[in-house]
Amino acid sequence: MNISLQSLSVRYGPRVVLHQIDLCAQPGRVLGIVGPNGSGKSTLVKAVAGQVKASGQLLFNGQAQWPTAIGYMPQDQLALAALSVLEVVLLGRLRQLRLKVQPDDLAAVRRLLQRLGIEDLAGRDVRQLSGGQRQMVFLAQALVAEPRVLLLDEPISALDICHQLEVLEVVRQTTRQQGLTTLLVLHDLNAAARFCDDVALLKDGQLLACGSPAQVLTVAHVANAFGVETEALRCLDGTGVLVPKRAIGATSKMENAIKNIAVCPM
Amino acid sequence: MSAVLPNTLPLDAVSAEFRRGAARRTLVLLVTLGLLLLGLLLDAATGPAMLPVGEVARAVFGYPTDSSVQAIVWSIRLPVALMALAVGAALGLSGAIMQTILNNPLASSYTLGISAGAGFGASLVIVLGLSLPVADNYAIAANAMLFAGVACAGVYWIGGARNASAEGLVLAGIALLFLFQALSSLLQMVASPESLQQVVFWLFGSLQKSTWPKLGVMLTVLVVCVPWLARDVWGLTALKLGDARAAALGVNVSALRIRSFVLISALTGVAVAFVGTIGFVGLVAPHLARMLIGEDQRGFLPASGLLGALLLSLASVASKTISPGAIFPIGIVTSLIGVPFFIWMVLHNRKSYW
Repeated sequence: MNISLQSLSVRYGPRVVLHQIDLCAQPGRVLGIVGPNGSGKSTLVKAVAGQVKASGQLLFNGQAQWPTAIGYMPQDQLALAALSVLEVVLLGRLRQLRLKVQPDDLAAVRRLLQRLGIEDLAGRDVRQLSGGQRQMVFLAQALVAEPRVLLLDEPISALDICHQLEVLEVVRQTTRQQGLTTLLVLHDLNAAARFCDDVALLKDGQLLACGSPAQVLTVAHVANAFGVETEALRCLDGTGVLVPKRAIGATSKMENAIKNIAVCPM
Repeated sequence: MSAVLPNTLPLDAVSAEFRRGAARRTLVLLVTLGLLLLGLLLDAATGPAMLPVGEVARAVFGYPTDSSVQAIVWSIRLPVALMALAVGAALGLSGAIMQTILNNPLASSYTLGISAGAGFGASLVIVLGLSLPVADNYAIAANAMLFAGVACAGVYWIGGARNASAEGLVLAGIALLFLFQALSSLLQMVASPESLQQVVFWLFGSLQKSTWPKLGVMLTVLVVCVPWLARDVWGLTALKLGDARAAALGVNVSALRIRSFVLISALTGVAVAFVGTIGFVGLVAPHLARMLIGEDQRGFLPASGLLGALLLSLASVASKTISPGAIFPIGIVTSLIGVPFFIWMVLHNRKSYW
């Protein structure tokens, strides 16, 4: 499903959070959304999910009608309900659930938990899971309804590197195999470079750059958006990585702070 | 379940958990139903003239028995005992819905001003004679229901001014609780001694004025509300994960809250209308249900209703046995039993059940 944003703007009261965003996401491709804190990444995903009011145009396959098959995983991972993992994942199919759970629903949950390697968590109380396990469970919830559009807001923020790789690989594979249109908010620029087909870079609610990871995640763009000096290195396997060196403009402040600590009388 | 999962295949973790959850729900509901029946018989057997439970059971189930027992049970005891079950179920259900939609374990009709609103409505009739144009017998009930609805609308309107967040609604409920309590106190200040006594007795709660027609109204409301509620069980379960996540799953959170408030106001309004304000049942029953079967609302809501019914039935028995020959107001008994029980739950379970 093609998703097209044309001059999309979002305001929270008088504050403009997203300003005139033009962006296009295509089926079978992962579009990474990156940018510093407060740049509007989550708001952009919320707007596509229909969770915040936006002005401008938001079209799904050329229609201004939201499709029902959207899998959305919000950033908030709090879960205070006395529910089992099975019950939480089942809720992902809420639109088709009947009072009595149908075999199809149960089979879909089983397949997905097996695929994510968390089948043994099925009976666990969701409140007793670690942050990383909870993130896997909510990813399963977003995927279980077999959506056409997948919106993931920082799905790997609480995961160790092994699980980060597993989750991102599952997202990429599912997107390609099932022709999903995936928007993936990430903080890790190297993960975005490796797992996203396209990347959109936001700063202060505006789209700074959009294109392939190689076009967007450049030293100049990162310096402009994040205020961080980086070095682009090439690994032995040919993949590139950005290594942050120092925060531009913060150096003198840091040095002063260190000097002050050094002369501080005990 | 056997239709869903063939017995011949080895069970995977998902199927095993599914079966375990279903079995636990069924067991809790069946055991509670059994205890309810026992509570009903005990309640019908208890009173100024203590009757043998066996005789009461024969009378209830239509077997031949002593005519005086038959008369006492069917004319006097059963309407009261059944009203205890119906009101307990209504309070348990409304407390469970409220705790779910407000995502707050301290929410109940009693703690968030809905019962206080109904109490104020009843006081208006008793003290000032201000009522809706209905038959005298039902004037108090009608006003109580009206003001339960007003309180619910107030909670939603004031709390909903900022997108109807759960926190805003809870704060609005607490504000309205104090408002209606103050207004009721004002009415009590200007009341004549006779009407003051009536108001106070009504505010203590009493099952003793229950009749078959009143029971019919109470049961009708329950029968109408339960299927309506069944439609929303998955949406309510999703709401337990927070507003944002429920909305992400496709729940229209505002519409669900409005529907739920309508149900709460009907259930609480009619319960308080007939028996006065009864605290703690609506608070404790959902906590017990949560401890026993979690918050999948397919089990949580019926269990809260049944446990509310059981608690009020047992409280009714206690109200007639604490002081032989006298009947304690049921609202006092539920609070006396409910408070230590609630404190025990808080200390025993810490944060694990909310």
